Amino acid sequence: MTFALSIPGLANGSIPLQAYLVLAAVLFCTGVWGLINSRNAVRVLMSIELMLNAVNLNLMAFSNYLDGQLIRGQVFAIFVITVAAAEAAVGLAILLSLYRNRETVDMERFNLLRW
Amino acid sequence: MTIASTTELICFLVLSTTLVLGSLGVVLLPNIVYSAFLLGGVFLSVAGLYLLLNASFVAAAQVLVYVGAVNVLILFAIMLVNKKETLAAIPGLALRRLLSAAVCLGLFGLLLRVAFTTNWALPGPLPVGEEATVRIGEHLFSDYLLPFELASVLLLMAMIGAIVLARRDVFSSDVITGEPVDQGLIEKARTPLLLEQRALEKTP
Repeated sequence: MTFALSIPGLANGSIPLQAYLVLAAVLFCTGVWGLINSRNAVRVLMSIELMLNAVNLNLMAFSNYLDGQLIRGQVFAIFVITVAAAEAAVGLAILLSLYRNRETVDMERFNLLRW
Repeated sequence: MTIASTTELICFLVLSTTLVLGSLGVVLLPNIVYSAFLLGGVFLSVAGLYLLLNASFVAAAQVLVYVGAVNVLILFAIMLVNKKETLAAIPGLALRRLLSAAVCLGLFGLLLRVAFTTNWALPGPLPVGEEATVRIGEHLFSDYLLPFELASVLLLMAMIGAIVLARRDVFSSDVITGEPVDQGLIEKARTPLLLEQRALEKTP
């Protein structure tokens, strides 16, 4: 059994492009809300991952429906995944360093630059 | 392999329900460990949606990188900073949440409007399907070669940066000037961990 599910004639298939776009919009807005409202710094990083996944979902949907032969969206999604992995590693290292110095992960107490 | 459109629709509905509920759980659940595991579920359902979109290679990369690396990294971070702390109350927290929810709903409405009013160039060219991996390889080694190499440099920089940021021991003397370093500036005296507290209680 092959791994890919290639669906011929998908352009007029059962699922419209807009369904994927709406799904990605829901995911992105959830991520934005979590980013603004989270008190825990780890949850902020998780929300950023949610937003990156929403963007990737958009790229893949466009790649499949509008750019089926060149699939540039998939290449872009791979680069986004790479940058997201680097961002997660550096972000969590910064978080550990912050925790070591401030003894907390509460976002409201990281206010050294507030004036 | 071709799947019937009904099967495709059922797969899409199940995956999207998992995705939406999981992402809401990631944001709303009070226990952050549950959030981290739900985040893994969200990543897996996004990988399933990639499979529905004829992208097997990116789906595999998603599972490997996100579920295998990023999610495990987040779980480790939660374990390392796991301290019960009572968060100080903030005035106007409910108002802030309502305002940000209104902003997010406005953004969502805008995205919906864009999605439904734009004239997409449908139907586009036929998807390549199982040849996608070959095409991605051709792209990466021809017209996207420079971003590909830059990504490797970026990953190296991120790896070294993460190690430097997260390492605990500091040098006793400055590397450049040779002067002794004031340790208190670098690392604040912390409250002893639970095990160390027990050891301190036993010693006298």
